[in-house]
Amino acid sequence: MRLSTLQRHMRESVKSLGRNGWMTFASISAVTVTLLLVGVFLVVMFNMNHFAKKIENDVEIRVHIDVTANNQDKQALRAKIEKIPQVKEIRYSSKDEELKRLIKSFGEEGSSFRLFEQDNPLSDVYVVKTANPVDTIKAAKKIEKFPFVHKVNYGQGQVEKLFSTLKIARNIGLVLIIGLLFTAMFLISNTIKITIFARRREIEIMRLVGATNGFIRWPFFLEGLWLGVIGAIFPIAAVSVVYYNIYKFFEPKITIPFFELLPFNPFMWQISLLLLLIGACIGVWGSMMSVRKFLKI
Amino acid sequence: MIEMQNVYKTYPNGVVALNDVSVRIKQGEFVYVVGPSGAGKSTFIKMMYREEKPTSGTIMVHGVNLEKLKDSKVPLLRRNIGVVFQDFKLLPKLTVYENVAFALEVIEESPKVIRQKVMEVLELVGLKHKVRSYPSELSGGEQQRVSIARSIVNSPKIVIADEPTGNLDPETSWGIMELFEKINSRGTTIVMATHNREIVNTIRRRVIAMENGKIVRDEAKGEYGYEA
Ligand SMILES: Nc1ncnc2c1ncn2[C@@H]1O[C@H](COP(=O)(O)OP(=O)(O)OP(=O)(O)O)[C@@H](O)[C@H]1O
Ligand SMILES: [Mg+2]
Repeated sequence: MRLSTLQRHMRESVKSLGRNGWMTFASISAVTVTLLLVGVFLVVMFNMNHFAKKIENDVEIRVHIDVTANNQDKQALRAKIEKIPQVKEIRYSSKDEELKRLIKSFGEEGSSFRLFEQDNPLSDVYVVKTANPVDTIKAAKKIEKFPFVHKVNYGQGQVEKLFSTLKIARNIGLVLIIGLLFTAMFLISNTIKITIFARRREIEIMRLVGATNGFIRWPFFLEGLWLGVIGAIFPIAAVSVVYYNIYKFFEPKITIPFFELLPFNPFMWQISLLLLLIGACIGVWGSMMSVRKFLKI
Repeated sequence: MIEMQNVYKTYPNGVVALNDVSVRIKQGEFVYVVGPSGAGKSTFIKMMYREEKPTSGTIMVHGVNLEKLKDSKVPLLRRNIGVVFQDFKLLPKLTVYENVAFALEVIEESPKVIRQKVMEVLELVGLKHKVRSYPSELSGGEQQRVSIARSIVNSPKIVIADEPTGNLDPETSWGIMELFEKINSRGTTIVMATHNREIVNTIRRRVIAMENGKIVRDEAKGEYGYEA
C-alpha cells in the first residue's frame, strides 16, 4: 500500500467520526459503558483471585506425631511424607513450639495455658504443604495411614468448602465477563451498521469505480479502532482513579487476614492495557462485522 | 470489445429480464440501447460491468470471460469501464474535485498523477472553475458532467451510461451528448440506454432496440422507432 493511501484511510476514518457525530457518540458510549463494567469486573476478579491464592497458600496439613514415636520413627515418617509427589514443603515443630504458638494465638488470655508448660499434652507436629493447594486433601488422606501418625489436621470440611466456593466464584466471573464482551460487540456492530447503512452509497460508488474490498474495508477498520480506543479512555481513567483511592485507603490497615489488594503499580497498568486492547478488538470486530454484508459482489 | 452469446437473466423473483441476447460491440462504437420501460435495458447494461451475473450464456469484455472472473478480480474489470447514471451518484459531502479524485484514490494513484488527471478531465467537461463547489451547489447538468468526469478520469476503454439525460431538460441534455461524442471521438466505446427519442434520431448511431428481454432490432445509424 502506498503511504498516500494509508494517509487517505487515516484521514477518511477520522473525518467519518466527525461526520457521523451522533453515531460516533453512541458507539463510543457503548464501548465506554461496557469497558467500565468489564474494568470493574476485572479488578474485582483479579483481586478475588489474589485473595483466594493467599487463602489457598495458607492451607497446610498438621501431622500430629504419635507420642510413642522415637527419633528414628520420626525420621522414617518424614521420609515417607517427603516421598508423596504433591508435597512441596515439610517443617518440624516440637510440642514446646506448638504450645508457644497456642499461647501466642490466644493473646492476653493465652497466659493461662502456661500451666501446661510443665506437662505438655500436645504432640510434636510436621507441618506439610503441597505444591498445589488443591492436593492438600489427597495428601492428608495418604499421610493419615502412615505409622506413628496420631492425627491429621487440615481444617477438614472447611477446606473442601473453600475450594469449591473459589472455583464457583471464578467460573461465574469468567462467564459474566465473556457475556459482557459479547453484548458490547453486538451493540457496537449494530451502531456501526447504522452508520454504514447511511454510507452504503459511498461504498456502492467505491465498488463502481473499482475499489477492492480490502481498500473499502480499511477506513472502517481504522474507524472501529478509533471508536474502541476512544471508548476505552474514560473507563481506564475512572477505574484507575477509583482503584488508586481504594488502594490508598486500605493499604495502611491490613487488619483483616488475607485481605490484601494487588498493588496499584503494576496491576493498574496491566488492567489499562487490557481494557485498551479489549476496546480496540471490539471496535474493530464490530465494524468489520457490519461492513461485511456490503462487500458482497 | 463486448460480446454476449445467448445470455439469459432470470431474477430471483422469477422475472425474465434477458431472454437469449447475443450481441457484439466493437471497440470505439457508440451504441444506443432503446426500448419500453421494463424491456431489460438496465439489466443488459449491468451484465457488462458485472453488477449482475447472467443465469446462462457467455459474456466477454476485452477478452475476459466474465463467467470465469473471480469476485476478487471484479474491481480490475471496473477500472476499465466508466459508469454514468441518471441520478449522478455523486457524494454530497465531497467537492467536485474530491468526487472525481475519488475514482483515482481508490485505485491508489499517486497524488501527483491524481491532481494532473483530475484537472485535465474537469477542463474537458468544462467545470475547471467549479472544483471547490459541492454537488448541491451545481445544476443537474453540471452534476452529470462531474459524474462523467469521474467515469473517464482513469481513461477506461468503455463508458456505460444508463439514461444519463433522464433527469435533465432538453437543452442541458444536448450539452451532455456533445460531451459523450467528444469522449467517443477519442476511441472510447459508449453504450447508452436512453428514452430520448430526439437525441437518438438526431445524433445517428447504432441502435439496439429491446422488448421483453429480447433484442428486436439492431441497426447502424438507426432510429428511436417508438412513440415517445
Ligand atoms: N434486481 C431486480 N430484481 C428483480 N427484478 C428486477 C430487478 N431489476 C429489474 N428487474 C425486472 O427486470 C425487468 C427488466 O428491468 P430493467 O431495469 O432491465 O428494465 P429497463 O429496460 O431498464 O426499464 P426502464 O426503462 O424503466 O429503466 C423488469 O421487469 C424489472 O421489474
Ligand atoms: Mg433502466
